[in-house]
Amino acid sequence: MPEIGVRHETMSIWEYANPRKFTATATRLLPWVAWAAAILTIGGLIWGFAFTPNADRFESTVKIIYVHVPSALMAINAWLMMLAGSLIWLVRRHHVSALAARAAAPVGMVMTLIALWTGAVWGQPMWGTWWAWDPRLTSFLILFLFYLGYMALWAAIEDPDTAADLTSVLCLVGSVFALLSRYAVNFWNQGLHQGTSVPVATGGRSVADVYFLPLVACMVGFGLLFVALVLARTVTLIRTRRLAVIEMKAVRA
Amino acid sequence: MNLDLGKYTAEVLLAYAGSLVLLVGIVWISVAQYRRAARDLSRAEKDAK
Amino acid sequence: MRALLFRDLRLAMRAGGGFGLALAFFLILVVMVPFSVGPDPVLLSRIAPGVLWLGALLACLLSLDRLFALDHEDGSLDLLATAPLPLEAVTAVKALAHWLTTALPLIVAAPVLGVLLSLPAAGYGWLVLSLLAGTPALSAIGTFGAALTVGLKRGGLLLSLLVLPLYVPTLIFGAEVARRGAEGLPIGPTLALLAGVTLATLALLPFASAAVLRINLR
Repeated sequence: MPEIGVRHETMSIWEYANPRKFTATATRLLPWVAWAAAILTIGGLIWGFAFTPNADRFESTVKIIYVHVPSALMAINAWLMMLAGSLIWLVRRHHVSALAARAAAPVGMVMTLIALWTGAVWGQPMWGTWWAWDPRLTSFLILFLFYLGYMALWAAIEDPDTAADLTSVLCLVGSVFALLSRYAVNFWNQGLHQGTSVPVATGGRSVADVYFLPLVACMVGFGLLFVALVLARTVTLIRTRRLAVIEMKAVRA
Repeated sequence: MNLDLGKYTAEVLLAYAGSLVLLVGIVWISVAQYRRAARDLSRAEKDAK
Repeated sequence: MRALLFRDLRLAMRAGGGFGLALAFFLILVVMVPFSVGPDPVLLSRIAPGVLWLGALLACLLSLDRLFALDHEDGSLDLLATAPLPLEAVTAVKALAHWLTTALPLIVAAPVLGVLLSLPAAGYGWLVLSLLAGTPALSAIGTFGAALTVGLKRGGLLLSLLVLPLYVPTLIFGAEVARRGAEGLPIGPTLALLAGVTLATLALLPFASAAVLRINLR
């Protein structure tokens, strides 16, 4: 029987919005996620690098796919996660969610860089150029700029709540414009880039099992790596903020 | 086992090397910051008591 | 509302208000282009629409950091925030004032500078039309950026970093309209897309700017 005035103990996802609870759970989960990420990423990359045949047309460059596709996937997913975190912060004012969005940004930026780098190195022999103003490449470059701006805004504002608010709004507006840019860029230049090789939505795929299985391992590995990094970085931000509060109290006393 | 990268050896190795540097970099920085924050906080909490 | 607009216009016109600065920047930028790519008229006439668009865009960026800064320093921004006029309207008026004082002179000057870059004769009308259709979006997006960075001491550089990626769709469609116009290609759909981006921006961004301004004035 729920009593009046007594907060009823129901498990809900919002329990983890409490920074203490989040830190406790995240630090407990972190070793597991980190090890799973390490095993799958390292294993998948070795599998892809050393134990897959070369393809007819692409020869050994096909092996770049094991880094390129997962990093590109996570570059976009990281932004989507930041968007979700920003929305939750704006609507429900949970600090953890704003901090998680902040924690994800550098990881997403690195993923974007990896995707651009591997794409450039692959494009050099295949398309005969390091860089082409292809829609997908261009969109990723724009995404990279958005990450830079988002992180710069976080770094520029001192008050944490103001920073969380402003970056969240920027993330929302930026998402709309990033999507718009994607279509604008598509319109502006027809691309060289091949279509997606693992269309998740339709369930079909254009690559054979020998390439597909290590690719799945890498994709899951990169995903777990992203989760592990975001957990660790969010806990770091929570602790840094708590440290700042303690120091503030010490100064006042 | 297939380690024969043929004429694209340089490209494949370059792609993997650059990506690994970036991946290890972000992991390294994140772990270092994580450890430092944990240490500083526990020290500060001890001092506060 | 009209009083606010006139006040902003007067402030911009006053010496040191930054009026004309953007225009001078636009002129210098366009003059620098032949020095950097060479005086070949064929090449210049090919890149003219893009250069003029980019120049106008950068010139628009130049005066953004003053958009709210003066009002923020003398406290009139706090007054505006508590005034009966909704903050959404204030940001819309600010964007309009920026457009009138910065973008409109650029649009008037653009055909003159087009002569310097040997823009093809067919291109002048479309250049002006594309700028007319595109620059309101630049002002509205810029107002959002200025509202984001209003409390920061050295927000100018950050402002460019935040605003420029948001300018990408407008720049793509705007320069494309100007280029197609100069080359005598069909323009309809591109112009419609440019106008669509501008209208959507004008409809939505004053709300984002006002939200951001409220956060900054808290």
